[in-house]
Amino acid sequence: MRAMTVVPSPACAETIVAGDDLVVTVGGDWRITGLLPSWRKVRGDRAPHGVRLRAEGLGRWDSSLVRFVHEVQGWCREAKISCDTSLLPETVRRLVGQLEQAQEKRLPVDHSQNFLVTVGLAATDVWRQTREFASFVGECTLSAIGLVKRPGRFRWRDCFSEMQQCGAMAVPIVSLSSFLVGLTLAYTGAIILRQFGGDIWVADIVGLSTLREMGAVMTGVVVAGRTGAAFAAQLGNMKANEEIDALETLGIAPVDFLVLPRLVALTLMTPLLVMYANCLGIFGGMVVGATVLEIPPSAYWIETQANIDLSDFSVSLIKSIVFGMLIAVAGCLRGLQAERSAAGVGRAATSAVVTSILLLIVADAVFAVLFNVLGL
Amino acid sequence: MNGNPATGVEPPGPGAPPPAIAVEGLECRYGDTVVLTGVSFSVREGELFFVIGGSGCGKSTLLRHLIGLQKPARGTVRYGGEDFTNADLAARRNLLKTFGVLYQNAALWSSMTLRENVVLPLEQYTTLNRREREEIVSLKLAQVGLAGYEEFFPAELSGGMRKRAGLARALALDPRIVFFDEPSAGLDPVTSRKLDELVLQIRETLGTTMVIVSHELASIFALADRVIMLDHEARGIIAEGRPRELAAASDDPRVREFLTRGDEKV
Repeated sequence: MRAMTVVPSPACAETIVAGDDLVVTVGGDWRITGLLPSWRKVRGDRAPHGVRLRAEGLGRWDSSLVRFVHEVQGWCREAKISCDTSLLPETVRRLVGQLEQAQEKRLPVDHSQNFLVTVGLAATDVWRQTREFASFVGECTLSAIGLVKRPGRFRWRDCFSEMQQCGAMAVPIVSLSSFLVGLTLAYTGAIILRQFGGDIWVADIVGLSTLREMGAVMTGVVVAGRTGAAFAAQLGNMKANEEIDALETLGIAPVDFLVLPRLVALTLMTPLLVMYANCLGIFGGMVVGATVLEIPPSAYWIETQANIDLSDFSVSLIKSIVFGMLIAVAGCLRGLQAERSAAGVGRAATSAVVTSILLLIVADAVFAVLFNVLGL
Repeated sequence: MNGNPATGVEPPGPGAPPPAIAVEGLECRYGDTVVLTGVSFSVREGELFFVIGGSGCGKSTLLRHLIGLQKPARGTVRYGGEDFTNADLAARRNLLKTFGVLYQNAALWSSMTLRENVVLPLEQYTTLNRREREEIVSLKLAQVGLAGYEEFFPAELSGGMRKRAGLARALALDPRIVFFDEPSAGLDPVTSRKLDELVLQIRETLGTTMVIVSHELASIFALADRVIMLDHEARGIIAEGRPRELAAASDDPRVREFLTRGDEKV
């Protein structure tokens, strides 16, 4: 390793039998990234009573030589024969000794868990997460009350910026997804209705299912994937960079400063996106009606108007407001809970999407029961 | 500055090996902003070489250009006489094996244990089998004083231990050159001194060339064979030599001020 050789000579280990001993001469340049002699091939089938190692013509060497000598020593120990390394450079012997000691020393660390421990930890984790979620919702509520009392202290500029990000910037993807969902609903409805000559009722199916269900749910899923993940990643990154600690040490509550603007922005923009998605969904059905089912758009529109009323819009509006709040809360909570590392930020974003979609589905089921009871 | 006045690179004598690193006429830019220009120096084999200077003078920029993370606008970087700047993909890959880097925050992969961190370059560039790789990992961790910590994750270690683990990874392929980016950053004085001792010990054992970017005066005086000092306004090297000589007798007051912390009586 010390000597500078521009053109390296290959590492070699040659053997000579001297009496009962095997003399192994190492030479050349030993580079860990190059071709190296194998001890198994060097010794062959010989069974000496001792091994003597020496260096001759040894050029640049590195850990590969240390490892080779260590392997020879290990083999000799197993074969219960002597191994003489006294003729090797002192540095090589010292490093071999260091490797020997390092192999014996392995600090106990156990990252594995048995089944019962895993189940127990998972159960306590669910309980902890539920409490954290409830506590976070409480903090957000208090912060929102503070906003009503002192609207001047609210960070409106951040809120408008987030509204643009999670609202206006989401229009293209929401347009595409809701139009295609309307289109798909129309095709699916037409399969049955055509058999009874009831093509025009496709307008009813598309209108009702879009307004009461698909518009809000599909937009919710898109917003969860797009904005919920972004919230978690932004806040998680801020946490990793100690930006949130900096806020806390200034006496600024992260919920007031970071969460509330996002919560307000998404709670306001999700209903707008859902109403827009409803219109695009109905338009998608209308396109199928006009092109495939030969229903004139005017007839399709009259049929849609006849079968949807304000209560359907109310259902859509209420759902969208709640979905927006849930996604914002889940995204921000996961971001604030993120571990302080790059991997932690990634996990927070994934977790935000999973939590948002799960909450969205649970809320949708609760709404289905509630609206049925209320007769909406 | 020593050597060739035009380039700052010492001309190799007849039959002498080329310098470990030779930088000629390097210009570093970010867009239209020139950070460094006309930078030339060489580092001898086995030398402990410091790149020093105040904050924002381009030390880390120079390092990023030396290790190929950024391409110079002009000039060349040579390792052992081989052109790194204009090397094709295969040659570049071969040269990358010859140096290791210890990043400022160690840059250990957080989802991997220390063993997995150190073994990755070995898996990538050697034909060693699993058992052989494990032995090298043990040796490397032992060399930096972390014997037995193979199965620990970076998050389970202190800042100083993470730096040492980063050094073990940088040494995995026994590189001829190791670059250090602000090795003392974030470490207490005692841990910092221990890291300096480790650097000396590794140089002594393996004869590795060390290039250290730092503004830690204690480390500079304790370790450096030679330094170059960069300056923000000059956008290049304003001094080259032994730190004590520069601190005592440099013609440039900026150099004396930096190396004596503005108190020349010290």
